[in-house]
Amino acid sequence: MTAKNKKRAMRIATILGLAYLLPNLLGFLVFTAGPVIFSFGASLTNWNIMNSPPLEFVGFRNYQQVGQSSQFWTFFINTVYFMAFSPVGIVGSLVVALLLDSRLRGMTLFRTLLYLPSFTAGVAIMIMWKGLYNPDHGLINACLRGVFDLFSLPFQGPGWLQSTQNLMGLHPEKIAFAVKDIGLGAREALVFMGFWAGLGGGNMLLYLAALTNMPDELIEAASLDGAGPWAVFRHVKWPQLAPTTFFIVIMSVIGGFQGGVDSAQVMTGGGPAGTTTTLAYHIFRKSFVEYQFGYASAVAWVLFAIVFAFSGLLWKFGNKETNY
Amino acid sequence: MKGSIAKGAFVYTALVGLAIMSLVPFFWMLFTSLKPLSEVESGSFLPKDWRPGNFQEVFAQIRFGRYYLNSIFVASWVTYLTCLTSALAAYSFTRLEWKSRDFLFRVYLATMMIPGVVTQIPGFAIIVNLGMPDTYAALIVPSAFTAFGVFLLRQVMLGVPKALDEAARIDGANSWQILWEIVLPLSRSGIITLAIFSFMGNYGSLIGPLIMLKSDGLRTLPVGLTFFDSKYGSQTNLLMAASVMSIIPRLILFIVGQKHLVKGIQLGAVKG
Repeated sequence: MTAKNKKRAMRIATILGLAYLLPNLLGFLVFTAGPVIFSFGASLTNWNIMNSPPLEFVGFRNYQQVGQSSQFWTFFINTVYFMAFSPVGIVGSLVVALLLDSRLRGMTLFRTLLYLPSFTAGVAIMIMWKGLYNPDHGLINACLRGVFDLFSLPFQGPGWLQSTQNLMGLHPEKIAFAVKDIGLGAREALVFMGFWAGLGGGNMLLYLAALTNMPDELIEAASLDGAGPWAVFRHVKWPQLAPTTFFIVIMSVIGGFQGGVDSAQVMTGGGPAGTTTTLAYHIFRKSFVEYQFGYASAVAWVLFAIVFAFSGLLWKFGNKETNY
Repeated sequence: MKGSIAKGAFVYTALVGLAIMSLVPFFWMLFTSLKPLSEVESGSFLPKDWRPGNFQEVFAQIRFGRYYLNSIFVASWVTYLTCLTSALAAYSFTRLEWKSRDFLFRVYLATMMIPGVVTQIPGFAIIVNLGMPDTYAALIVPSAFTAFGVFLLRQVMLGVPKALDEAARIDGANSWQILWEIVLPLSRSGIITLAIFSFMGNYGSLIGPLIMLKSDGLRTLPVGLTFFDSKYGSQTNLLMAASVMSIIPRLILFIVGQKHLVKGIQLGAVKG
């Protein structure tokens, strides 16, 4: 084949390749790639469709405002507060996976039952939890009351979704702690709902797959050497699970920073006193309740930068851990 | 063997406990949906006076049937378009050799990291400028081109042996025939997985439709339920009846597609 023919064949191949890609690529450019650039541009303007001031280029003023806004930092802390519980959720899903990996009879049935909450998750389930958390006639306080009555203790149920109390005693409006703020409030309500939904969900399935694919010889050899179940887990299974754990942690960090929109919209409206407003929900409200498109875009980019920085750091340090 | 009996007892006890915790909320929801409102406050778990009529009452109060159809209509279209465009793109990324193919794929992958909130406002502005706000198209079109779908199906197609298409090529098949007659049938299970994910994701999506819609007649179930909740939130029994009905399609899909789902979640996690 001559060089000219080769070049021509290459060009035809590229046209063909692009033709197959085209339907997806067009949509990708219009609804993903384009908007990303557009959004950055918007973040440099005073774009507001409600009281429509003349559209102006304002440079990095929005970003400055984000940094100075105490609201932003409160919502940042809310977001981090929710994320702080995700290690507990990850450990929980690992424990469930270890239980299901026991290779006893009936494990498929249990896997199915435990996967159900995560598969049905959505607005309907959030409305269900709103009912469960109702302080007066919800199931949760009814159960707690039953336990207290059993020991003839006076019962003052947690306010759940209506309460600003939390386990760390964070003050709802300013960055401060107080003993009277310690308790079970809206934040914990959302966290516990997350545990319930996530325990048998995707993370558990990932761990389970990794455990199932682990060569039996390794575990048998360790057991023959006299290692107990904990030693087998600590020195054989856990190191082998490192890549799975790494993946789950990265995805939890990326998802955690962007989370909390649906539950805030359906269950709390971001309250009480803004305690369940995460950054993503803050952006949603700035955009589609207050219509401050320019400012909201800037917050979105700050969030993007945070996600990027955190996952970059994890990648750098976590990957080293993974490949011993 | 004593140790293994103890271990078995421990595993079963723990799992039964967890299963009860997973299922009790569902039963509470179901039983609450069958109670008269006066009994909801009394706090007994089972209804004394069974009211299956609550389910009909939901249809009387909101256009629940309409929301149902809207959700299924929108989710079906998104699923169909996602599977089609993703399959074509994945075929191009795995089977055809062309310039800057791998570079472009990396761009796709990179955009999967961008938070959805970044593209929310421009997405809305584009739909408005295309003259499509408050239409079905506003719900379908922006969701039909996911990088995730391309990523997942690429992963699947990499597992289909290339020797098969070479054999077909020698027999005179062109790339279009190879795609439809060899690669796609062999990627069936991956496509079913993507279809389930994409249907579920769209069936449940709240914020997108909330942003795009104004008319009651176009509302999907999540939007309709949220609306019902905020307007008539005190009717806990009816809310639960509506919630029960809206998870039924999910339950059906769950029972039918469980095998594919488990596989798909594991496939999606394989690093590209």
